Amino acid sequence: MTAPNDRKNDGGVPVPVTPAGATSGAPAELPPSSPAGRGMFGMQGTGDVSGYGGLVRVRTPIEEAPRPYGGYFDEVRDALEEAYPHFADAIEKVVVDRGELTLHVRPERIAEVCQVMRDDLALRFELCSSVSGVDYLGADERRLHVVYLLTSMTYRRRVRLEAAVSAESPHLPSVTAVYPTADWQEREAYDMFGIIFDGHPNLTRILMPDDWEGHPQRKDYPLGGVPVEYKGAEIPPPDRRRSYQ
Amino acid sequence: MTTSNYATERETTEGRVFTVTGGDWDQVVSGTDPINDERIVVNMGPQHPSTHGVLRLILELEGETVREARSVVGYLHTGIEKNLEYRNWVQGSTFVTRMDYLAPIFNETAYSLAVEKLLGITDDITERATTIRVLMMELNRISSHLVWLATTGMELGAISIMLYGFREREYILDIFETITGLRMNHAYVRPGGVAQDVPDAAIVKIREFLTMMPKKLKEYEDLLSGQPIWTERTQGVAVLDATACLALGVTGPVLRSAGLGWDLRKTMPYCGYDSYEFDVPTHPDGDVWGRYLVRLAEIRESLKLVEQALDRLRPGPVMVADRKIAWPAQLAIGVDGMGNSLEHVAKIMGQSMESLIHHFKLVTEGFRVPPGQVYVGIESPRGELGVHAVSDGGTRPYRVHYREPSFVNLQALPAMAEGGLIADVIAGGASLDPVMGGCDR
Repeated sequence: MTAPNDRKNDGGVPVPVTPAGATSGAPAELPPSSPAGRGMFGMQGTGDVSGYGGLVRVRTPIEEAPRPYGGYFDEVRDALEEAYPHFADAIEKVVVDRGELTLHVRPERIAEVCQVMRDDLALRFELCSSVSGVDYLGADERRLHVVYLLTSMTYRRRVRLEAAVSAESPHLPSVTAVYPTADWQEREAYDMFGIIFDGHPNLTRILMPDDWEGHPQRKDYPLGGVPVEYKGAEIPPPDRRRSYQ
Repeated sequence: MTTSNYATERETTEGRVFTVTGGDWDQVVSGTDPINDERIVVNMGPQHPSTHGVLRLILELEGETVREARSVVGYLHTGIEKNLEYRNWVQGSTFVTRMDYLAPIFNETAYSLAVEKLLGITDDITERATTIRVLMMELNRISSHLVWLATTGMELGAISIMLYGFREREYILDIFETITGLRMNHAYVRPGGVAQDVPDAAIVKIREFLTMMPKKLKEYEDLLSGQPIWTERTQGVAVLDATACLALGVTGPVLRSAGLGWDLRKTMPYCGYDSYEFDVPTHPDGDVWGRYLVRLAEIRESLKLVEQALDRLRPGPVMVADRKIAWPAQLAIGVDGMGNSLEHVAKIMGQSMESLIHHFKLVTEGFRVPPGQVYVGIESPRGELGVHAVSDGGTRPYRVHYREPSFVNLQALPAMAEGGLIADVIAGGASLDPVMGGCDR
């Protein structure tokens, strides 16, 4: 049952298999499966006498979408390919999932791509709706993802751009020169994930206090909390409660 | 000048700096040289009645003119997004409802729509559940705009409108209490539908509200629209045109008051909004006055929507049919809010072992959501409220990010305030309608 890239931890319990995409150049499309991806009750090692502990839940990998994508997605891709000479170099992967188009962009190219996405007459993504970080810890070397959601008010379209950087060198260009609205949202991504946006005018913490240490939304940053007493029993903080995952 | 107990001064490389601890404003003012164009830095907030919550503004003043304005947020950060990652998908609704506390139904609906899209059950949501969501959202939009009117009126010196606005909002909160058991923090809209059906008593109340509200709106307009102080304080103040709005990502009534009729209910419809009849009010000037008119007009449009939703309510289920997702218990409102109905408890404890197992599994473990990510944007009273949800295939969210309109819109404050008078900072800031609970999450 042990796959070649399974690692053993102290309890002799196999940790989840790293998902597809981790070994190729492109960043992982899916987060690593939680411990609940294995076994029936989210419990591992001793204690599970149900016999279901060996079950592995199958995850269909999300792969590069084949052409045609359907809808306006083909038009967007073709327009970007035509308007942006470094398309082949900059776009790592195109994914269509749940009716949404995601372009995985090489991080150093993100500002250029945004510029083209905003200015080209066939694309016209005037509004950067959202910038957020996601930490795919354990999935990949480049675990920190920055997700941009662009909205075209002219054509009423949405496109997601995703760029992945490693935690050791979490640098990518800031898009604030193209979309000034990304200012605070990039500060939030820096604050919460430690992603550094080069060229940002004022990259400081925004939600946490200025002297805070660490980046709270990273997956290896604990939730924290103290046990509380309720009706005579001690209830541990949420991240240390026994629970299904 | 003698040293004051209230405002100590010291010389720095930037010039003379005063630390104001309360009281003697005269001494501070006499310490500055009015002939010289010396600038004074005023820290406003985070505890200030006119900053609309715990928002801190740092204003660099030249006389009464604001030369630079910077806003500092984060005082109400409660880590809701991080907390969500340690609770199951259904529990998430109880967290997100607390973000933007003036528009809880919108937070819940955006979250539910995102989870449903991840599950792939968007089309399975029942007609009645969707209609109830629209009904609740539009009532909530009215109550949120009423609070805006009330607080903005108060901040600009119109105390009566504050009392009136809160009085009518109380009526909506009563309706919410009848339906959900709570005045706010409802956790009423949940993945799969809504927690429970609308009781008949609430329908009667909403009908009453619909007949009462237009008269009240007329009252507000009589009170404010022709009033010289109100027009002076709002017309041509804190102007932000459509270009600036787009660059800064400002959406909602502020964008519509700059002449661009961008409303997600019309442009990217969800919850069946494309089948309702309503208009998107706009105003050409992009000033506080325009935002006031747009919001009043939106209350009228919401009343139309509420009426249409009421007429559409047909009997039927309010949760998806899929028993692996729908909450197992029929909920009931007790004396302490919403809880499991006693009949259901009697059934699972006394009659049906299978029901008990099913209840236990869904309540403790929850349902699994297939891995992937989605983004859902809806039109909240403040603009585009977006949810970016990522699932790893487990029973808990892997990551949920809220694109909060309060957070994004607040970036526009310096653009509105710089170069204007300090009094107009209040008018401009209020016209953005920031809710710090949503902004800081």
